[in-house]
Amino acid sequence: MRAVSREASTSDGALLTPRAAVLDNGLTVLIQEAHTAPLVSVWCWYRVGSKDEPSGLTGASHWVEHMNFKGTTGIGAGAFKELIDRFGGFWNGYTWIDQTTYVETATKDALDQMLFMEAERMDRCLYDADACESERTVIISELQGGENDPDQLLDIEVTATAFKAHAYRHPTIGWIGDLQAISRDELYGHYRRHYTPANATLVIVGDVEADDALRHVERRFGAIAPGAEPPRGRTTEPVQTGERRLEIVREGTTGYLKVAYHAPAATDADFAPMLVLDAALTGAKGLNLWASFRGPAPQRRARLYRALVDGGHASALSGAFVATAHPFLFMVSATARAGTPLDVLRDTTLTVLDEVCTNSLTDAEVERAKRQLRARLVLENGSITNIGHQIGFFETVAGAGVLQALPGRIAAVAPEDVARVAARYLTASNRTTGWFKPA
Amino acid sequence: MTTTSTLGLAPVRERLANGVTLLVKETRVQPAVTISATMSAGSVCDPSGVEGVAHLLSRLLDRGAGTRAADEVADILDLRGVSPLISVTRHATTVTCDCLAEDVETVLETVCDMLRAPHCVDQEIERCRGQLLTQLRQDEDSPSTRALEAVMPLLYGADHPYGRTPKGSAATVEGIDRRQLLDFHAAWFAPDRLTLVLVGDIGVSAAVALVTRVCGDWGGRAVSVPAFRPPPVPTRRRLVIPMPAKAQADIVYGFTTILRSDPAFHAYWIMNNVLGQYGIGGRLGRSIRERQGMAYYAGSMFEAGHIAGPLLVRAGVNADNVDRAIASIDTEVATMARDGVTDEELASAKRYLVGSTPRSLETNEGIARFLQTAELFDLGLDYDHRLPALVQSVTADEVAEAARRTLVTEHASIVIAGPYEAL
Repeated sequence: MRAVSREASTSDGALLTPRAAVLDNGLTVLIQEAHTAPLVSVWCWYRVGSKDEPSGLTGASHWVEHMNFKGTTGIGAGAFKELIDRFGGFWNGYTWIDQTTYVETATKDALDQMLFMEAERMDRCLYDADACESERTVIISELQGGENDPDQLLDIEVTATAFKAHAYRHPTIGWIGDLQAISRDELYGHYRRHYTPANATLVIVGDVEADDALRHVERRFGAIAPGAEPPRGRTTEPVQTGERRLEIVREGTTGYLKVAYHAPAATDADFAPMLVLDAALTGAKGLNLWASFRGPAPQRRARLYRALVDGGHASALSGAFVATAHPFLFMVSATARAGTPLDVLRDTTLTVLDEVCTNSLTDAEVERAKRQLRARLVLENGSITNIGHQIGFFETVAGAGVLQALPGRIAAVAPEDVARVAARYLTASNRTTGWFKPA
Repeated sequence: MTTTSTLGLAPVRERLANGVTLLVKETRVQPAVTISATMSAGSVCDPSGVEGVAHLLSRLLDRGAGTRAADEVADILDLRGVSPLISVTRHATTVTCDCLAEDVETVLETVCDMLRAPHCVDQEIERCRGQLLTQLRQDEDSPSTRALEAVMPLLYGADHPYGRTPKGSAATVEGIDRRQLLDFHAAWFAPDRLTLVLVGDIGVSAAVALVTRVCGDWGGRAVSVPAFRPPPVPTRRRLVIPMPAKAQADIVYGFTTILRSDPAFHAYWIMNNVLGQYGIGGRLGRSIRERQGMAYYAGSMFEAGHIAGPLLVRAGVNADNVDRAIASIDTEVATMARDGVTDEELASAKRYLVGSTPRSLETNEGIARFLQTAELFDLGLDYDHRLPALVQSVTADEVAEAARRTLVTEHASIVIAGPYEAL
């Protein structure tokens, strides 16, 4: 086991120094003591998401996430979730384009139990054939539930249109044909290839003593074989050469518009200015994908909100720009107000975005966006669960050092940086526009 | 008058002379404060035939208030990264803001203005009306929302305040005028109906001084909420809402239960946990999702209130599986009514409910939510401290009695919304 010097930052500006170690099998362990409540949060992260799925296996990472709740050699089928419930715990998991993660937060006496569960999950899941079949219909039900929502449907189609080469074009839930065809052995193979210690990061935050927690980790995970380096797709997305447009016409009551631009990855120098640009256009969400599910962004003075919602064209507006491993998308979504034709909503949206591409923002808009982000970075880390997410998320999608650097990178963004990224990314040829038109 | 508890969270409660209730809990985890302001006025206060007033008013609260026009309110909050979360339930309108500690004074002033003196100018009314109408159209297109909304009139009767749609209908929302909004505000929004909870990096004396300065001079009294008649005698009802273009169907299967003040509350809480929550959806989730693989979600929710609130079983399934899923719900419900819960289930549910309390009180927002509920139902300042013993004292017989009382399949109201055709 190697100790690693590492600093991560809480967003109130105080530097945290999680105890960092790498076990001999390659597992990275980050432990942050926080003695504010008698609780501990464990997050186990894997560098596998839908971008790591070959053609024909789309949806496998997410399906694997489901299967890894369904029994191991040491935990009976059905018992997984209840183990943590006994401690009054919260548990969950999610899969997205770059990552799969599992979380448990419970009273601190549950720590060893959580580590046991995660070690079992990493190495000893069963993949019983009947359980795989049963979960196939659960996942198809999840996909169909998503299709009931026109906004989700449009999101999938716009993303698939914006990317034609990179695997970010696949929806994380997978394509229905693959979900109907993937076999138990293919799922198990995907699990074995990607669930290796060297492809994972274990994060512990809470009322623990770091040395003691690390001893528990070593005991539970130390004997797991390192495994081979997982395969990685090498296809990058070529530069988009012209605007793409799509239309979905289906039965419905409401029109939806999405405008997406290819946008920089988390490690790119353009990432922080782009965050500020998004905040000024649609409101600052902060950086915590987990915590930001909670409520709307502060956006009443945001440029697009004023034009679309105050302007009477949309009933709701949101922007999405998230830290990702490879260049992904900046996406603006608007719900057409009853009576507003979609082409009016689109034209108004594009007029604002084109204007910002050409003339950027005012200095006051940039300053307001930066101040919003500073507040959101504090507010989004109000629990050990949220802090654990941030430490593990950035380690997984962006690598060591990115999280702690971000508050400084955002503070250093100047209006000319925002002008540069606006001119570079908000171009028509970099854009995909889609709408859902109710039939 | 100041009251406090020395046990558990030990919040301080202050009642100002004008009737405003203030609860303060100081925490120093982050340089941040959660402000939660609840006005005991919700959709049940909507005049009959004008459903949606409480909802429309809630959307107007931050659209100009006190001495500030809509843009000025937005400037103040946006600049500080604050996005007020405004929610309306049947009994309350709540504004929640997380802000930096350095901004608490300005943000609290703004929140109090919003509740005390919203402008409701015509231009903003039209803007918010348009948003609400669009939301209603989106709801119409959502099988889960439609199923959930349709079960309430089945359970309570269409003319009961619990049976009416809280957001109103397109027809009622289109008819609401400025006078009705202001009348509603004048009748229901008063200091003696306001509970302010401040949790975070703020001292008790500073909080009391701040709230006294900001809303101590607010006068007036609200009218009383009338007593509601209890729900009607239940019978089995079933409603299908055809939505042929949708990919899957949502099922809501409901009962009416008990008052929050009922001594059996904690037995019901445990019963619901075993039936539809523990693990991934309790017995229902184990049957419908885990064993039969029919649904992405299956579980139940329970809400005791000022009148007998609902217990709702919910599942999202492929249309071909609707009848099988309802049969499975019937089986699980009838089995629990007949046999109650096992000792192991009882022990597990207790461990979960007791163990989850510290977690629910970890964040400022979680504490604020807990204190608002405790105040709303008069549970006492030491409720968090007493809660474990209250849960532990529940017996298997008490849970079985709760199940027998409520989980009667012949009393269930069932709604199916989606691409399903009844046989």
